[in-house]
Amino acid sequence: MDAPAAQAVVPATSLRRKDLLGIAELTPEEIVLVLDTAEAMKEISQRQIKKVPALRGRTVVNLFFEPSTRTRTSFEIAEKRLSADTLGVAIASSSVVKGESLVDTARNIEAMGPSMIVLRHPASGAAHLLSRVCKSPIINAGDGLHEHPTQALLDAFTIRERKGRIKGLKVAIVGDLLHSRVLRSNVLLLTKLGADVWVCGPPTLIPLGLEQLGVKTTSRVDEAVEGADVVMMLRIQLERMEGGFFPSLREYFSVFGMTAARLKRARPDVIVMHPGPINRGVEIASDVADGPFSVILDQVANGVATRMAVLYLLAGGGADNEAVA
Amino acid sequence: MKRLLKGARVVDPASGLDGAYDVLIDAGRISKVGRDLPVSLADGGVVVPLTPAFVICPGFIDMHVHLREPGQEHKETVATGVASAVAGGFTAVACMPNTKPVNDNAGVTELILKKAADAGLARVYPIGAVSRGQAGEQLADIAELKQAGCVALSDDGHPVSTALLARRAMEYAGMFGMPLIEHCEDPSLKGDGVAHEGPVAASLGLKGIPGIAEAITAGRDILIAEMVGGHVHVAHMSAWTTLEAVRQGKSRGVKVTCEVAPHHFTLTDALLGAPVPYDTDTKMNPPLREHRDMTAMLAGIADGSVDVIATDHAPHHADEKNVEFDRAPFGIVGLETAIPIALDKLVHAGVVRLPRLVEMMSVNPAAILKVPGGSLAEGAVADLTILAPDQMVTIDRHAFVSKSHNTPYHGYTFRGAAAATIVGGRVVYVNAATGIALAAEARS
Repeated sequence: MDAPAAQAVVPATSLRRKDLLGIAELTPEEIVLVLDTAEAMKEISQRQIKKVPALRGRTVVNLFFEPSTRTRTSFEIAEKRLSADTLGVAIASSSVVKGESLVDTARNIEAMGPSMIVLRHPASGAAHLLSRVCKSPIINAGDGLHEHPTQALLDAFTIRERKGRIKGLKVAIVGDLLHSRVLRSNVLLLTKLGADVWVCGPPTLIPLGLEQLGVKTTSRVDEAVEGADVVMMLRIQLERMEGGFFPSLREYFSVFGMTAARLKRARPDVIVMHPGPINRGVEIASDVADGPFSVILDQVANGVATRMAVLYLLAGGGADNEAVA
Repeated sequence: MKRLLKGARVVDPASGLDGAYDVLIDAGRISKVGRDLPVSLADGGVVVPLTPAFVICPGFIDMHVHLREPGQEHKETVATGVASAVAGGFTAVACMPNTKPVNDNAGVTELILKKAADAGLARVYPIGAVSRGQAGEQLADIAELKQAGCVALSDDGHPVSTALLARRAMEYAGMFGMPLIEHCEDPSLKGDGVAHEGPVAASLGLKGIPGIAEAITAGRDILIAEMVGGHVHVAHMSAWTTLEAVRQGKSRGVKVTCEVAPHHFTLTDALLGAPVPYDTDTKMNPPLREHRDMTAMLAGIADGSVDVIATDHAPHHADEKNVEFDRAPFGIVGLETAIPIALDKLVHAGVVRLPRLVEMMSVNPAAILKVPGGSLAEGAVADLTILAPDQMVTIDRHAFVSKSHNTPYHGYTFRGAAAATIVGGRVVYVNAATGIALAAEARS
């Protein structure tokens, strides 16, 4: 669970690992490699013909056990821009409803010879389980409350694009810290790259022991936002109110909602982020979400480039010198 | 037939014996324990030459196992469970009532006892349900259960649902001298938690079960026991706060006893993250807790606050465990790993001396359940556990006698093993690797 020991790093042209299960396993150098590669991928996304042959002849299966619009679309576009053949398996049409176990479902899909499996699953550790039973590379597209590594990578890409660096920035993450895989991956990534990370939410939604991940925790939103370079809002789900974590959405907004007035405490060049989907008037006011500091749609755009980078690097990347350009 | 076990170390805490003694067994009972007993046995008995490398103890009793029969025979049966018990050095087990159907009536109790008699290995003491169907509403027919052979009551798997029902159960069971064995857990604090609530669960994204979920129910039951004069036994204690509640109860003279499972004094929740992240063989209830809890369990064992070591042997089929961590059933098997772990991590590690271990694994469970055993007194049943404390053992789940192999200890090496198990004078298990001069015997 410790941060990986620093070691002499040979400039890598691929991720020398089978899977992307979480940010926890990545070294800072690997993270930077993904971000650098994503820059090249972003350039592709801005061309007239947004397609390169890097993954031609490879099949990527998007195995989604949870509803997802943004992440699934983003992966599919990324795969298509790299010329992969893609296949989506959604929970409604899957055999899970027939009582098949995740392991059996995965083995059956693997028997058809995919090059890679992108997995979204409601149970923490599902991607780890699959990586133990599948030879195909697994990309974790969100497992339970655990990690959502490509979200953290695209967030880091967006921050670096706007700020030129990550080290030394004050990043305030505000919202439901208990049920958020986006939070965990972002905390791991941002602390590995040297950011000053503050997390803020009602005490009922702060997991016990979170500060051991190297963050400062507070329930005073003004303290978190004070002097922040980046303010990242996390989605509040309606069922959390029903679970008794806070009294009402209205009260949540009055105490934790990001308003233009609250944002004044941040640095004048602050950026406001949100992994989506946003709840206007719950965790974020519309004028902030749509305002001049918001980079929410940039995050979505950068998601495609970042996922292209991950797919490319896990598939062997520059190791076999297949041209991106 | 007479049998003279000669030359081993004998540890019998009940009589205070600890040294080189001979043990004479006759007709299934202890005939004599003494120095240099005559080797000429009139009626053709046998002399078993042993060395001080072997330790003869009153038979070990695991007072918390799940035998799964009736209803879940794919995990374990009474027959495979008692075979696993004797292979682990236990001469008796007490089995929890959360079978399908629940052991809340004489019919199920009698079935279990019949299967145990057919198997003819370890003794089996059924534990009856506190409430009908373990539903937490209405008391089970406790007199009927007692009559059929139940030795204690528990809704294990769940806590007794309310303070009122726990009170009624302790009051009513007291009439029969049966302890209430409580699975201490506040259901609202447990929620749908799957791991100890703390930094490890936070980083793995697993829902937490706080240590105080256990301590709160233990505290409740200790207060009830104090008020009504009942006996509550805290099952599978895991949290330092629970130990504090037990200590306070004991200091006030409350009849409260407690047990700790080997995994709670040897492992922590760090095992959930590494070496195999989300290994479902690290998922049990109560969960592996943090270092502070583990060291508290060791301290309680050392200072006498802990009465019993019991395994909470909870077999599950490999298919049931080969799923997402959230979906896997709670529990690990324990019968065949308990003695190696206890000898290594408690005796060799210097936490306790061997006689104290024998108290926790034989004397005290016999006393709490009021069953035979726990002593080598003349005339006592000849239930013996023979230890080879210096035998090195590497745990191999595939070599288990139990039907299930769900253990987090696969590949671990421990110093200490069971060398032989004798039930009612009959050798029911021999660990050949120890070189002991005994052979397992069929029933006569």
